[in-house]
Amino acid sequence: MPLNRPKPGSLESIMAGTKELRKQIGSIQNTQKITSAMEMVAASKMRKAQDRMSKGRPYSDRIRSVIGHVANASAEFQHSLMIEREVKRVGYIVVTTDKGLCGGLNINLLKAVVNDIKTFVEQNIEVDLCLIGNKGSQFFRSYGGNVVAAGSHVSESPAISDLIGSIKVMLDSFQDGNLDKIYLANNVFVNTMTQEPTIKQLVPLDPDEDVELKHRWDYIYEPEARQLIEGLITRFIEAQVYQAVVENGACEQAAKMIAMKSASDNAGEMIDELQLIMNNERQSAITQELSEIIGGAAAV
Amino acid sequence: MASTVLCTIVSAEEEIYSGQVEMVVATGTIGELGIYPGHTPLLTGVKPGPVRLRVEGGDEEIFFASGGYIEVQPGAVTILADTALRADDIDEAAAVAAQQKAEQEQGDQRSDIDFARVSADLQEQAAMLRTVRKLRERKG
Repeated sequence: MPLNRPKPGSLESIMAGTKELRKQIGSIQNTQKITSAMEMVAASKMRKAQDRMSKGRPYSDRIRSVIGHVANASAEFQHSLMIEREVKRVGYIVVTTDKGLCGGLNINLLKAVVNDIKTFVEQNIEVDLCLIGNKGSQFFRSYGGNVVAAGSHVSESPAISDLIGSIKVMLDSFQDGNLDKIYLANNVFVNTMTQEPTIKQLVPLDPDEDVELKHRWDYIYEPEARQLIEGLITRFIEAQVYQAVVENGACEQAAKMIAMKSASDNAGEMIDELQLIMNNERQSAITQELSEIIGGAAAV
Repeated sequence: MASTVLCTIVSAEEEIYSGQVEMVVATGTIGELGIYPGHTPLLTGVKPGPVRLRVEGGDEEIFFASGGYIEVQPGAVTILADTALRADDIDEAAAVAAQQKAEQEQGDQRSDIDFARVSADLQEQAAMLRTVRKLRERKG
């Protein structure tokens, strides 16, 4: 113990205690300033991301239902992306955020994906991964897994052209027969408080469960079924992945806003507690000083 | 048979129109299409051009679609456009300027120009202008 340390309980030690407390409060206040600034940034970004998401939704919903009809039609032409085959190897396109500080958003999604992967591995089915977003790449680097494609820096204002590369790798290996199923995993924005990890089958295409359309029928194709369906399917997959990325972006900002809000709130609570301890100590120091003076006066 | 059909026009950016209509006229890959309620299922591409809707009550609405796909079901017509606009929103001056630029580029003999793209551009701008003129005619 250094010699110049004041004795515990003495006036000097209390002064030192309050000084330390004051320092700690100061540093917590600084952190709080940062987190509340980040909260506000996330809130304004969320509005934009949400806007982008809700604008893209009608298109991706419509094209999904059209594709559902097409898959249902007893088409004269069966595109390779529409044919179910025995599953030996599956692919996952996993959309995560690039940056952290957004609560359990990525972890929840990755947990769901890992669960799925485990069940496939138990059935001796191999899994390929295509990762969009830094957090997913980081996770699977330590977890292990066969990563065939990765993309990042897409969470803010993504463009379809940024995503096509990674999608193409997966689709090509599906068409070459290396993959028998491709899933798309991303967070779905329910509301600001809730984001739901979801895993959807992307190809082969899921027929729509529409009862009205159960009888045998087919489209008239103008000009040619093959060309039309091919174009439509490509458009569909791009739209789905784009929508997933946009939606994940909105989730990221919402989760970040909530995480930062609770961090700011916690900081506030901590400051209050420390302030109370500091005030108590200061008060007891004053009381002690007073009683010492009174005691001294009485002795004289 | 129902006298109207649900028509939805969506572009990659937003939903442009959704509602019951009596007839849809659009430019398909192999020519103009007139679609009444109860049409047989049809799938076709869209060429840049006007899309006319006769809404319930006989009013007409004109839109512009620049490529994409049309799906026709007996009770629903879905137009998945790459980009779509309300005809009223088309900026005629901008369309004319873009058309001129495209024409100029097409006449240009340099080799670094993507002719396929330029002629597609030109077609699109011409179609846009056609839409505006059709709209004006009707208002006229």
